[in-house]
Parts: sequence; C-alpha cells; structure tokens
Amino acid sequence: MTARDLVLEVSDLSIAIDHDEHLKFAVEQLAFSVHRGETFALVGESGSGKSMTALALMRLLPQALQVVRGSVLLDGRDINTISELAMQTVRGARIAMIFQEPGTSLNPVMRIGDQLLEAIQAHTDLRGEAARDAAIHWLSRVGIPEPSLRIDYYPFQFSGGQKQRIMIAMALAAKPDLLVADEPTTALDVTVQAQILALLADIQKEFGMAVLMITHDLAVVHQVADTVALMRHGRIVETAPAHEFFKTPKHPYALELFDAIPTFEKRGRPLSAVGQTKPISPDVTLSGEAPILTVKDLKVGYPIRRGWLKRLVGMTQVVDGVSFELRPGQTLALLGGSGCGKTTIAKSLLRLLDGTAVCAGDVRLAGEDLLLAKGSGLKKLRTKIQIVFQDPFASLDPRMRVGEILQEGVAALLPDISAEDRQTRVHHLLDRVGLPADAAKRYPHEFSGGQRQRIAIARALAVEPRVLILDEPTSALDVSVQAQILDLLNDLQRESGMSYLFITHNFGVVEYFADDIAIMDAGVLVESGSADSVLHQPQHAVTKRLLDAVPRLSFGQASA
Amino acid sequence: MPNFVFLWTDVALFLMVAAVALYAWRVSRSDTARSTWARVARSSSAMSSAVVLIFFVVVGLLDSVHFQPRLPPAPDAPANAPVVYAPQVVSLLDTLLDDTALTHQEKTYSAPLAYLQFTKETILQEGGEPYRDFPRLRFGGNHLDDPEAQWLADVAQRAGIGAMSGLAVAMLMSGLLLALIARSRRRHGQHTTWAGVWRDVVVRGQSDVPWRAILVTALIMCLTLGVVFGLATGYHVMGTDQTGNDVLWRALKSVRTAWVIGTLTTVAMLPPALFFGIAAGYFKGWVDDVIQYIYTTLTAIPGVLLIAAAVLMMQVYIDTHPDLFPTSAQRADLRLFLLCMILGLTGWAGLCRLLRAEALKLRELEYVQAARAFGISHFTVMVRHLLPNVMHIVLITVVLEFSALVLYEAVLSYLGIGVDPTMNSFGTMIDKSRLEMSRDPMIWWNLLAAFVFMLALVLSANLFADGVRDAFDPRSQGFRPTRRSRLLAILNKGST
Repeated sequence: MTARDLVLEVSDLSIAIDHDEHLKFAVEQLAFSVHRGETFALVGESGSGKSMTALALMRLLPQALQVVRGSVLLDGRDINTISELAMQTVRGARIAMIFQEPGTSLNPVMRIGDQLLEAIQAHTDLRGEAARDAAIHWLSRVGIPEPSLRIDYYPFQFSGGQKQRIMIAMALAAKPDLLVADEPTTALDVTVQAQILALLADIQKEFGMAVLMITHDLAVVHQVADTVALMRHGRIVETAPAHEFFKTPKHPYALELFDAIPTFEKRGRPLSAVGQTKPISPDVTLSGEAPILTVKDLKVGYPIRRGWLKRLVGMTQVVDGVSFELRPGQTLALLGGSGCGKTTIAKSLLRLLDGTAVCAGDVRLAGEDLLLAKGSGLKKLRTKIQIVFQDPFASLDPRMRVGEILQEGVAALLPDISAEDRQTRVHHLLDRVGLPADAAKRYPHEFSGGQRQRIAIARALAVEPRVLILDEPTSALDVSVQAQILDLLNDLQRESGMSYLFITHNFGVVEYFADDIAIMDAGVLVESGSADSVLHQPQHAVTKRLLDAVPRLSFGQASA
Repeated sequence: MPNFVFLWTDVALFLMVAAVALYAWRVSRSDTARSTWARVARSSSAMSSAVVLIFFVVVGLLDSVHFQPRLPPAPDAPANAPVVYAPQVVSLLDTLLDDTALTHQEKTYSAPLAYLQFTKETILQEGGEPYRDFPRLRFGGNHLDDPEAQWLADVAQRAGIGAMSGLAVAMLMSGLLLALIARSRRRHGQHTTWAGVWRDVVVRGQSDVPWRAILVTALIMCLTLGVVFGLATGYHVMGTDQTGNDVLWRALKSVRTAWVIGTLTTVAMLPPALFFGIAAGYFKGWVDDVIQYIYTTLTAIPGVLLIAAAVLMMQVYIDTHPDLFPTSAQRADLRLFLLCMILGLTGWAGLCRLLRAEALKLRELEYVQAARAFGISHFTVMVRHLLPNVMHIVLITVVLEFSALVLYEAVLSYLGIGVDPTMNSFGTMIDKSRLEMSRDPMIWWNLLAAFVFMLALVLSANLFADGVRDAFDPRSQGFRPTRRSRLLAILNKGST
C-alpha cells in the first residue's frame, strides 16, 4: 500500500476522563493508520478504550472525556483543529459509523425512508424523486426485500438484523471514505451475524472504502480483518497483519486470549491462565443415575386478555411441549436463537412466572412436582434449584453489601441457620468462588464484571442447590473472564456433583462445557443428544444452520 | 428558667433537623454517598446557595425555640411565691433582636429609614393649638435632635459602622477557613503556607470545593447583614406596616413559616407517594389499576378547591374546641401544621407517578428476580430492594418541591385559605399589600420585603436543588476547564 492510499492516521492520541477524585486516561498514546480498501480491526476487552477511540475519531466523545493530546489525520487534515461546522461535513460524509445496538440507533417514530433520505440529502445533491430512488437502491443493496414498499415502514416492523442492514445503508448513503463499525454484530444472533459480516465484506469490495472494525470477538476479527491491533488498558499492545497475528501472536496477552477461547478440543482442561497452573480437583462419586430434574411436555403461554373486563381471548404459546432430563453432575445445554423460549423455561422452572404466565406439564425436581408446589413445600424445593443471571450488573442490588446479598437467600429459605453460621457460610462461599474475605463488607459496584458474576454464583450456591440454572452466565463477559468463570463452574461441579442447565446461544461455550445438548427453535426442542453427536452429526436443519454460521478460529494456519 | 413551649411545628422541624443529621452521618460512612455529595460540594452555584440557605436555616431554627419568659417577682411577693411567666409566647429570635428597631412597634405605616410617620395626625401644639402634621416616630430616628440636618449623616454613619463590623466578621471567618484548609493540606503531606493557600484558593480559584465562590457569597452576606443591622439600631430598615410592626421583623419571622410549609409538607407527602407508587409499579395488574384511579381522580379535582374545603373543615373544628388550644399561638400553629398535612395529602400524585414508573423498571431487573427465586415475600422485596433504589428520585423531588411549596403558600394565603391571619408569612404580607399598593402615595415596602426574602430563599433553594440533581444524575458529569488545565500540567510533567 502506498502513502496515497492512507485514509486515516492516528498518532499519539490520548483521551482523559474527568473522574471524581482523580484523573485517568481512557486511551494513551495510541497510534495506527488505516488504508483504502483495508479492514482494520481494533480488538480489546471491555474498558480497553476501543469505543472511546471510535468516538474520538467522530469527535463525539461524551462530555466527561476529552482528547488531551495527539492528532487524528483524515486525508492529511487534523480533525481536532477544524471547526464544529466543518466537522459536520466530515461526519457521515467522510467517516460514517455503525453502532452496536441496531434497536436504539434508529429513531422509532420516523419512517426508515425518511431517516435514509435525511442522510442522502445531507451529503449528496440528490433531491425529491431522485433521492427516494437512491434510498430504495441502497435498501435493496443491503438486502432488504421489497425495498420500494418497505421504505415507508417504521423501524419496529423490521428485525434486529434488518435494522442493522438499514443502519449500514444510511452509513453508506454518502459513500464515506472510512466506515467505523463499533461491535456491529454483538447484539445479533450467530446466523444474522454471519450475514451482516458477509454484507460488509461485499460492500467494501465494491466501494473500496476503509473499514475500522471495533470488536471484542476474535473469531469475527479472524473472518474479516486485514490488520489487527490488540488493545489493553488504553494502549495498543500488538499491531500485525491478520494472518501473522493468528499464526504467531507475539504478545503474551494475545496468547492468553487465544487460550481462553472455549472449543470442543479443550474439553476437560482449564481455560484461564490461572486455572492451568492449579491441580484439577477430583470428581465426587455420584450417587445413582436417576435424573434429578425431569421435564415432561412443559408448556408456557401468556394469556391474551381483551376488553373492559379483561376477558381471556387466547394464549401466546412461548414454550410448546418441551421434555428433557438432567442427571446429577451433568450439564445440559439449552441452545437456540433469541426469542426461542429458552429463558422462559428457566423462569418457569424457578416459578418466577406465577401470575403472569400459565405453565403446564409434569416437572419433577428430586421426585417432587415443581409446578404445583406451594408454601413450605415450594420453599424446600427452592433450596434445590437456583439461578445465575446473564447480566452481573443488573443481578446484584446496588444498595446492598455483598455479605447481605449472600445471606439473603439463606435467611429466607433456611431460617434454622443461626446468624453466626450464616456469617461463616458467607466467608466460605467467598473463598470458594475466589473472592477476598473483605468482599462481604463492600458494595457490588466496587467489583468488576467477572467478580460480580462470581458473587452471583456464590449467592445461588448459598442454599446448596442440586440444580443450577445458568442463564447466559458469560455472554456479558470478556473472553478471558469467561474462561475463569467456566473454570470455576467446572470445579464446583466436580466437587459437589451439581447439575447445570446451561442456557446460551454461544456455540463455543457449549462445545467446551456441555455433556448433553438440546437445540430449541420457536418454543420446541428440535434436536437433543450428547454433545458429541449433536455437534458432529447434526440431524435437524436448524442445528446445521446454526453450526454453519458460527465463526471459527483456527490457529497456527494462515487465514482464508 | 423560662417555661419552654413545644409547638407541633417546632417539634416537627427539630425532628427533621435530627433526620438530616442522621442522614449526614450515614453519608459520611458510605463511600458512594459521600462521593455523590462531594459532587454537590464541587458545584460553585450550589455551594453559594448553601451559604444563603444556612442563614435562613439559622433564622428559622432560632425562631422555632418558643418559651414564655419568666416575669420578675413582684416586689412584695413572699420568698416561696410561685414563679410567674409572661402570658405571651416568644421565640429565641425575638429575644436576640430585643434591643433593635425590629421589635419596637410604631403606631402605623412608616417608610423605610423614616423618622416621621407616613400618615398625618392631629398634634397639640405647646399652646394647646391643634394642627395636622407628620408626627415623629416612637423609635425610628428618635435619637436625633434636629432630624432634617442630622439624618443623612447619621444613616451613613450607622451603615458604615455596620459594614465595617460585617467586614470584620467576614475576615475572621475566611481567616479561620483558610487556616483549616492549610492544616488539612499539611496533614495530607502537602507543604503549604498560608500565602500559598490564599494564592491557590482565592486568587486562582483552584480547589475542588469552590472556596472562592463560598467566601465571596459569605462576604456579600456579611456586608448586607452588617449594614441592615447597623441601620436597625436606630431606624426601621424596611419601614413598618399598618399596625406599626417592623416589616423586616415580619419578613424574618415569615422565614420559619416558609420552612415549615416547605419541609413538613414534603414529609407528609412521602408515605402515600412511596407506598402507593412502589406498590403500583411492583404488583402491576389490578393493584396498579386501583392506585392509578385514586391518583388520577385526586389530580382531576382542582387543588385549591380541595384544600379550601379541608381548611374550612379544620377551622370549624378549631373554633368548636377552644378548650384544646389555650393560646392563640398554639391555635395558629396547629392550623399551620394541619395545612401542611392537607397540602401533603393532596399533592403526592406527582411523586407517586415517578415512583411507579421507576418501580415498573426495577421489578424486571435480575436482582429482584433473584430475590423472588429465593422465595422472599413481596413486602420484603419492596422494602429491601425497591425502596433504597428509588431514594435518589425521592431526594431530588423533595428538594425541588420545596421552593414550589413556599410559593404555593403565598398563593393560598392570598386566597385566604392559607395560614392563620395572625401568623407571619410571605403570603399574608403579599395579601395585605394588595390594598397598600392601590393607595396613593403607594406603600411598596411591604411587598418589596416579601419579594426580596422569597426570591433569596427560593432562588437559593432552586440552585441548590439543581446542584443535587446534577450530582445524582450520572449523565450530567462534564469535563471542567480548570481541571483540564491541571490535567495537562500533570500529563506534561509525566512525559518529560
């Protein structure tokens, strides 16, 4: 590549945060350059400063942050020195951006055509019919069916993947030199992710623009990037051409990240760097092979009520006849795209849907009927089944100390245990999940995402359940933290013989973690069996489609 | 010992002070809350308002210590005669202002700083010949022998002495403050001198807490108060009203009424708003429907009508049970107390709506679901998980509502359904000035005094509330230019 092709050159960029008591750097002395036709991937875990870099390129940093040093040269012009008015012609026209959450980046009360026309009229000379024709052309280019009809639809009439396509159309309307894509597929299902990535690659080939891809997902990077820059704590630790990066990563942090990615081949050995140094704890011998949890023909529906007296007029069936069994010490993965009813199953098993939904079927936990239990019987059953939620930032009450959070369940379900014993139990739990003992006196916000998920696991373990439902426990976490959490879950299962019902959409984790797999689609189980058979000889079309869409990372080989 | 009298509102106000002190103690023990309030402390407008508010708080609290002073024993009383107390209930503020113009009564209207009465009277000449003229005031300018010649010089002199003493107090306070800052900096291992602190804090304005703004506000306050009280040694600074009461004194007494209305009403509003708001949002379904019907019905009735009806009912009760309220002060006080309750019980719908919306959001959060998975009862979930997490909304609403209520009291008293007519309040002052403003020549000082005091109180309360809201709103944190320059200094030092 020659210097003529240089689109963006960032040098010595530092961004500072105005924190309450002290001043911190979000990004420090960043330097990289992007050329025409190149896909440059900025990879890093959360908090590494990659999104702040993207916002700084657009001069859209939040108020509390400011560029304190360095330059961002766009075609040789420093965008930090030009006026706000001139910057408006740069945004959209020269640098366009796609955001992570397609659901919130479109204005819900404007027709998508009007939003698209806004972008076209702001950055091109097209007006009236011509502009509308251009909008329709872009919609069809990004793969929206029947574009001339659907241009007058509102955002809610599109799916998440389609909304992201519309965002791409809006970004492309002005034919920018540089497209900044900030986690463009993170909020989407794997099959949709594959389509969006293919579309981006296709469009880039056609228009020859530069793409700055910001992501935490190494598999996505592997699929699309030409050059990779790995960020950590606001600094770039390694920049290399993609094939070199994946073949021979130089920085130890890159190696650590590769190790942390769960795959089928790594089953049975720890993922995290810390875990690999520790001896594997021995398995407990399991008493009997009788299933601890049997679910037969579970149906969950939300009643539809209409009219003045809230008459029952129908039922929205979310889960339609699901059956499975869970044996002691085993892990069953419940897999499926978003909206297929996986989380509804979890909530109905915990009886969290009482009053809002109707559940039917035969669900037995340790031989007792879970759906019909009442009063003290239900309390007893609640000690045997517990849940760990997806988002560790929403699952801990911000106004309670960690000690109180851990004690709450014990106090409610096991009132016989004295306050002193509860204290010792809390300390034991914290020690077990690898947190310092003084954590009990601190508030949740003082902990990182991974530590908070450990607290959430400890809370569920406090009543010593026999079945633990894990509702996407690692999907809000970084890869390296995910590795630690998975190692912890493995250790806990080996020690106590707990059964896990693992709900997820992430194939990598399932391959590494699950003994049995059940694939769900639209409220029914389409395929189930042992992990090996489902992953390697998929029978059902849905399974095959899901498996094909998973971005694969192969190491030690040049990228395709 | 005088005979202390505990009026209902006194007790309520001091309980409130105790509650604020308890909250402050809890804040000081929690790092999160402390750092949030530290954000308020870094806002210069909020801290300047706080200085003004502190003055009003002190006035209000001094005026809330009521007692009947002990009368001197009769000259021929036996040694073991029972102690006799004055029939009138006075407050600590009255006693403190005893010797100034504020507590001396004239006959009727007089203009600010006047030495003559505002209206003409028939006066008997030495020879017994009556003539009509403006008589000299009983107190204002009484010390002057030849008022026309001496008045200006005397006023200037008293104002000057007042200003000087105000300045002296301000200097003393700022000196003390700077010494404290220097000491705390030295304790943190920084090597500083007095001059260094002066240069940093006052000249350059470089400190986390905006001491410069605070000191300037305090200086202005001290100067104003100094001049006013300097003049009050010989004149009625704001004039007198129809019955000859000092207007400044009435305005100062009205501050307490404003505090009572502003704080007590919000406290009365909290229980229904919290209970109904959280319950509606948490339970949804028919509970939500019922609660929504209640508050939409309540808000559909014109507020003034509802309050007028309740106040009239209360007045009838007070009038038919005179034995329950021996003194007029107690009667007036109970009416004020019940007015607050009525305002609170008719005004909770707004906060209730906010809390319902927040509870609707919170109930779906996973920590509430996790608590439910442990089989924890609905009531416990609401108290333990929802209530603490909506308290920031309550705090912001209460602080914002305060100034609205002070203004509302003025409206109600103007309509004649507010506080007891014998009670000093901004509303009654404004109500009276309706007639005074239509006279010719106009009597404007009553309205002006009420206006100035209300503006000062409500404006500073609003600015302070803004500061609190900004501190509790995570989106409002900006990058401040003074900190940016310091940051750059650190950055450049680090790299060389």
